[in-house]
Amino acid sequence: MTVDRSRLPSPGAVRPFTFPPIARSSLPSGLRVWTVRHPAIPVVTFMLLVTRGAANDPDEQPGLAALTADMLDEGSGGRSAIEMHEALGRIGAQFDTDVGPDGVMLTLTVLGRFTERGCALLADMMARPTLAEADFSRVRRLRLHRLAQLRDVPGAVAERTFAKLLYGTHPYGHTPIGDTQSVAQFSVDDVQAFHARELRPASTVLIAVGACDHETIHRLASEAFAGWDGEAGPPAEPGRPLPLPPRLNIVSRPGAPQSELRIGHVAASRDTPDYHALVAMNMVLGGQFVSRINQNLRGDKGVTYGAYTGFDFRRMPGPFALQASVQTGATARAIHESLSEFAAIREARPVTGAELSLGVAALTRGYARNFETAAQIARAVSQIALYDLPDDCFAQFVSRIERITTQEATRVAMRHLDPPRMTTLIVGDVDAIGRDLGRLGLGEAAVVPSDPDIFQG
Amino acid sequence: MTIEFTRHTLANGLDVLMHEDHSCPIVAVNIWYHVGSKNESPGHTGFAHLFEHLMFEGSEHHDSGYFEPLQGAGASLNGSTNADRTNYWEVVPANALELALWMESDRMGFLLPALTEAKFANQRDVVLNERRQNYENRPYGLAAMAMLAGLFPAEHPYRWATIGEVSDLHAARLDDVQEFFRRYYHPANASLAVAGDIEPEAALALVGAHFGDVPPGPPVEPVRAAAALDRDVRLMLEDRVELPRLYLAWLTPAMFAGGDAELDLAADLLANGKTSRLYRRLVFDERIAADVSASQNSREIAGFFQIVATAAPDRSLAELERGIMQEIARAIEDGPTEDEVERGRVQAESRFLFRLQTVGGFGGKSDQLNAYNTFMSDPGYFHRDLDRYRRATNTSIQGAVTRYLSGAGRVALSIVPRGRPDLALPDSARVDAS
Repeated sequence: MTVDRSRLPSPGAVRPFTFPPIARSSLPSGLRVWTVRHPAIPVVTFMLLVTRGAANDPDEQPGLAALTADMLDEGSGGRSAIEMHEALGRIGAQFDTDVGPDGVMLTLTVLGRFTERGCALLADMMARPTLAEADFSRVRRLRLHRLAQLRDVPGAVAERTFAKLLYGTHPYGHTPIGDTQSVAQFSVDDVQAFHARELRPASTVLIAVGACDHETIHRLASEAFAGWDGEAGPPAEPGRPLPLPPRLNIVSRPGAPQSELRIGHVAASRDTPDYHALVAMNMVLGGQFVSRINQNLRGDKGVTYGAYTGFDFRRMPGPFALQASVQTGATARAIHESLSEFAAIREARPVTGAELSLGVAALTRGYARNFETAAQIARAVSQIALYDLPDDCFAQFVSRIERITTQEATRVAMRHLDPPRMTTLIVGDVDAIGRDLGRLGLGEAAVVPSDPDIFQG
Repeated sequence: MTIEFTRHTLANGLDVLMHEDHSCPIVAVNIWYHVGSKNESPGHTGFAHLFEHLMFEGSEHHDSGYFEPLQGAGASLNGSTNADRTNYWEVVPANALELALWMESDRMGFLLPALTEAKFANQRDVVLNERRQNYENRPYGLAAMAMLAGLFPAEHPYRWATIGEVSDLHAARLDDVQEFFRRYYHPANASLAVAGDIEPEAALALVGAHFGDVPPGPPVEPVRAAAALDRDVRLMLEDRVELPRLYLAWLTPAMFAGGDAELDLAADLLANGKTSRLYRRLVFDERIAADVSASQNSREIAGFFQIVATAAPDRSLAELERGIMQEIARAIEDGPTEDEVERGRVQAESRFLFRLQTVGGFGGKSDQLNAYNTFMSDPGYFHRDLDRYRRATNTSIQGAVTRYLSGAGRVALSIVPRGRPDLALPDSARVDAS
């Protein structure tokens, strides 16, 4: 067999892939139990998702959901914090807490033989946390240390400041970790109240994926979560109108060798009918390695290690943002190029057929690999719960994406990208780049306090 | 528990490992070249990694970006370089195996005709930006460079970080690329794993067709270098950080050598997770640290054990050092408890099994087969690797800690806020890092 190197081989027929079915039931408390059988390896991943998150932080208490979630593994019932972690260690569990704007998620992965003990520990953490004063003061103190350290991390400063710029006092106006002033004032009562009000079974789904069957998981859950009940408070509401931030903002980081950039605006929610078209259009714009933005800033100019754009689809409209870290001397140029790309994809250089086919193929042909491990499947299933998606959203994804036309891509770019309304944030060396910024035509750069704890938007 | 495989060595010396797994209709193609930054020399650092970037810039028969055709076929792909090896991988839908093999074999066999000065200059700029982003502009980002230079003697190839020195990256020339490719990027210095939804015979035939004609290159001599540290070294680096941080490190055995697994377990029991001794003492009880962690960093020809702790506000690095050294002394005195040993064993077993969940990517089954083949000449080393952890006992862990973490020969690196050298451990020598 000799190889023809005059052209690339074309892929053969696609082997079929079907998303495994989700078995469902509910406990009398309203806790939903969803399982997916994935017996490849004797491992089970549990994901406990509460559809209340940082957006449900009370107005004056940013960071409360995250701190409450962080307290869940600090002991329960008769177990101290240390004993809880010894118990997790004895079953070799991999445990993780994740708090986003719309949800709190505990993930626990164990060997199949520890399924029952894993489920019981997860239930202890969520339903019966001790939430004691001594543990609380320790955890809060560590959280304050973390906030202090994050002041030196350019990406973290950019995330926190950009959220505030875009959203102001809206529930999405802070990152889950909150800020120093707020966290410093929390009491253990606040945490207990948040747990009692928001972390309730009626807004929670227990997802189990792996070498397990639904009946067993249902039985284990009904035993382990017994006694946990109640309705959660209402979902977060947008409340006050969004602010109109300055077009150009800078956080000073003297001597920084690179500028951390965010450029964007509030865009679409997960339930937008334009979801699939936006995902496809973004692949061309900045959603993959071979996108226009990365090709421009990395491929042609070499001024960054990577530049990406994304729509963060949430329950309420989430941000569209470019993120990149660019060498200091190229800051103004990178901003100019990015804004030009956003304008161009709407009109001057709309998405071409070839670009769209590449983006669509990248999204669809390898779709199966997103469902290889128990944790991947659990994450996918959690999206259904988080955004009230239909069960067939995975089965339909490929055909929905394949149906997107270049006209559709252009239409959603026009509708959801609005360059004149975009806000640019730079975390970088003001002295080195200030002069260049004047040429961008974005007006005077607003200097934002370098400590995101102080910046109130 | 194991990863079933077959091994074939082509006439040109390329090792081909096949692993069947039909649970998902995908195939992982993973290739290791046994070259990393330890094959570099002083004045030429960062080259192996810069070269990795050039592997994505096109080859003779596909002289444009490496990503485009593969992403168009639904692949996910990446590469990485460390001190000992460079790896490249694609995870493709099962129908695109041939494309992935075509692409990998074209850059193994035909890279140089497509290399230009312009590509080289561009990727050097990208790498300089990678360095700024991940090291220079990141808090504590230059600690690794300072620590390696403190631990390893001049000329030892672990003395520099894989990302390299800025001046060396600027000094690199296109000629060096050609020389480097001829020396290291050939079948006899590589190992190819194909794992996933394959028919092994057909897949092997495809591999043979694509890679069989690539000529073997010159044998690559193993890198040899000795490291010993017989005195304590104290270093200090000022950085844009809020809280001072202490790094303590000792030279330890190489990957898979005696004591390596025990030190890995010792790292967990000392400083990883809330039940670890140092977390309980420094963070939980005394509250003098914001965080603490430890790791046995085992590499092909040497290793080092490192403990990292960040001071809580207004607490000193000297306090941290005292607490850490007392806990090490206690581990030397008594060794771990039976409960600690048992937890370590279950956690190791779980981690090994969790690793079997994916065929591709960094750390997936194909990557593991190549790691074991490259470093142990045995792709089936998985269960023996796990056995090292299963067999560890109170006595063997205590013995490794005693042997490697006591006595002279420790590097203590203080990272302190700019303008506050007084916060470093006393008598620390300032490191010039950039």
